[in-house]
Amino acid sequence: MHGFANPARFLRIARWLTPIALVVGVLLTGSALAWGWSAVPPDRLMGETVRILFVHVPAAWLGMGGWTTIAIASFVELVWRHPLAGIAARAAALPGAVFTAICLVTGSIWGRPTWGTWWVWDGRLTSMLVLLFLYFGYIALSDAARRDGSGNSRVAAIFGLVGAINIPIINRSVVWWNSLHQPASITMGNSAIDAAYLWPLLAATIGFSLIFSGVILARMRAILADTQADARLRRKAMSQVPG
Amino acid sequence: MREALDQWAFVAAAYAIGIAGTLIMISWSWLSMRRAEKRRDRSREQ
Repeated sequence: MHGFANPARFLRIARWLTPIALVVGVLLTGSALAWGWSAVPPDRLMGETVRILFVHVPAAWLGMGGWTTIAIASFVELVWRHPLAGIAARAAALPGAVFTAICLVTGSIWGRPTWGTWWVWDGRLTSMLVLLFLYFGYIALSDAARRDGSGNSRVAAIFGLVGAINIPIINRSVVWWNSLHQPASITMGNSAIDAAYLWPLLAATIGFSLIFSGVILARMRAILADTQADARLRRKAMSQVPG
Repeated sequence: MREALDQWAFVAAAYAIGIAGTLIMISWSWLSMRRAEKRRDRSREQ
């Protein structure tokens, strides 16, 4: 595992893996959404709006997955000081925030015809909104660490670890509080969803996950390239100082 | 009693937001990666 923390080795792998993850992810997601749009029957209770779940559910999982990635990478950065761990954490923030926002908006769109309201302040919705604000805070902190030139991302890493407390709260919110939001339909090894909905949902989840991974790789490559360019320009400027 | 809403309009709106958000994120990440790697290559040549 330590071998992959070498930036040069990472770049060798990421160069071919990034476009593959993105292209396969886009094709698979597009096919899954077309399947969900055209070939899935309407649900007995939700009607046609059941199709929204093929966007909403993967987005919710990846929103939580993004912060889990930040927390694990931050832990590795703080404990083992892997050079790539902090970069991976920073790279996961944008796709995590985007998927959390997509989850909130599509959930709201689903709620209007199904629940009769765009929004309720229940445990699941509120904790997802808190997650979005946590992402904004993390992005602001890690950007500030990069801009001040110190490269000190410890504060952002600690914030990433502390913010992880929200992930089990989101997961258990439908159990702990009375909520409009239904309990989990899919748990470890168990599913209450009919196969007609489960397969396109699985395909969409794999597709969106590949896109998520491809975006993280692209962002890691961008951060690495910027860091290397800045270091070179600094060295050049220092060598040109007279005396 | 269910409200008389066109459910397909809600499905279309959710798909549009999901697809547009994802495609914008992919394009922005890809372009900023290419820009950063070009900048690094230029700094090597200078």
